[in-house]
Amino acid sequence: MKPEYKIISDLIEKDAKVLDVGCDDGTLMEFLKTNKNANIRGIEISKEKVQTCIAKGLTVIEGNAEFDLKQFPNDSFEYVVLGQTLQAFINPETVIKELLRVGKKAIVTIPNFGHWKVRLNLLFKGTMPITNSLPHDWYNTPNIHMCTIKDFVRFSKIINFKIFKSLALINENVSDINNSNLIFKNLFGELGIFLIEK
Amino acid sequence: MSIKQNIKTLIVEKPLKLDCGQTINNFPLAYETYGSLNNEKDNAILVFHALTGDQFVTGINPVTKKDGWWSYAVGSGKSIDTDKYFVICANVIGGCMGSFGPGHENPKTKKIYGTDFPVITINDMVNAQINLLDFFGIKKLFSVVGGSMGGMQVLQFISNYPYKAKTAIPIACTSSHSAQNIAFNELGRQAIAADHNWSDGDYNLKNIVPDKGLAVARMAAHITYLSKKGLQEKFGRKLQERDDLKFGFDADFQIESYLRYQGSVFVDRFDANSYLYITRAMDYFDLVKQFNGNLSDAFKNTKAKFFIISFTSDWLYPTQENKDIVIALNAVGANVGFVEIESDKGHDSFLLNVPDFLKALKNFLDKSYAEKHS
Repeated sequence: MKPEYKIISDLIEKDAKVLDVGCDDGTLMEFLKTNKNANIRGIEISKEKVQTCIAKGLTVIEGNAEFDLKQFPNDSFEYVVLGQTLQAFINPETVIKELLRVGKKAIVTIPNFGHWKVRLNLLFKGTMPITNSLPHDWYNTPNIHMCTIKDFVRFSKIINFKIFKSLALINENVSDINNSNLIFKNLFGELGIFLIEK
Repeated sequence: MSIKQNIKTLIVEKPLKLDCGQTINNFPLAYETYGSLNNEKDNAILVFHALTGDQFVTGINPVTKKDGWWSYAVGSGKSIDTDKYFVICANVIGGCMGSFGPGHENPKTKKIYGTDFPVITINDMVNAQINLLDFFGIKKLFSVVGGSMGGMQVLQFISNYPYKAKTAIPIACTSSHSAQNIAFNELGRQAIAADHNWSDGDYNLKNIVPDKGLAVARMAAHITYLSKKGLQEKFGRKLQERDDLKFGFDADFQIESYLRYQGSVFVDRFDANSYLYITRAMDYFDLVKQFNGNLSDAFKNTKAKFFIISFTSDWLYPTQENKDIVIALNAVGANVGFVEIESDKGHDSFLLNVPDFLKALKNFLDKSYAEKHS
């Protein structure tokens, strides 16, 4: 289980109605079902992973978040979770807006491109960075819109959404991000976790 | 037809007002069951058959002596596990396997109905079958399941009886028959009507059968159940028991021979007038229109857990039409899962050995059943 699942779970109230966008093999869904008694649905693009979710008894819709979120009415869910996939969308702005339309709140996690390893990788090797959390080559990566923790904070001001809580994951430890430590967290955080609202 | 006398039949005494305005009562509804109903009576699955199906879902069909139409999916240890679930399937009204249909005698005229039989709808079929629940003392079905026209019945069933099923699985279907669907059905009907033997539907009185017309109808329909790729891979341009073209109109190609065979075996087991009536019922099916253009309203009261399945190569009821149902369900916050299964076998995929489909069906049912019993 990914270390951020526990953190995501802590951000969600008991019995909440939750949509996991890009729910993968349903691990987080199961975790939220067990720990938070969440009424949880998922969307997943991979047929194979949808099958895995069905085998776990989870309610999942095969689909693409970029096109298939439209079908949900406004405020259908209390929380919409988007785990480490924002960077893979053609239009992240539309996706964020859709998340916040469909959900009252959204939890977005991003692999931080501002991490020092990523920076050193590019600086010294002069090739596109490959790290544990970003294992692909430039030509086969699904990640077409990489951003840093700092970028995401700026993004909130540009497209106008509120960051309710921001957390950084460093060596499986979680810490708050605030204005005074943003530069530091942007250098050492492997993952940014944001609870956002309209 | 002595075998047909052994068909299990429920005589529905309660009057049923049909969509066409006529009311029928004391009519026969032929059915079959598999597995056994548990003491709590909460393990029943009502399976709805498609256009040319019947109540003999699995095992050997006692009339045709062939495997039941859903033998891949239904049986001991299979997706719809008869060791666990009590499976009920009825022949639709308008059909020709014992349920009230155009081959029955009109009590008023003492003549076989033929085209005097009232036009029936998917709604009428479902309203006839609800009587089986009372008959078996079932308050709530565990599931309603069906593919193609069976899927349409699933949708209509939930719309009419939102509290009568815990889960619903419409497969490879639509909420509204498209112009293309109607066009293909009309082709079939016109093929039957063009057969001189059809005699405006009164062939029974003359002891003849419009077998040529019905066979052509089946051949045309059969093409729509397969995919181009599937046909190409199975038959290509392979020749039928010959080394070269014969410069004539015999079946040179294997595909021609195959279709002719499909047509010829179909006429032995199916009634031409039933074919007209059932295709008409499908064409009239428009759940969107029934709810004044808002399909979501059809499902707004239901708590049933839906699982919708489509197939990549199904061009008769394509994925998008199945997804429209998912969208309508999501719009009312219904509990709905959806998967599109990869298959080259076209619309017929739901009837065939498509492991991903059978696995998804089994997992959904078994997990949902376990939830109810944990």
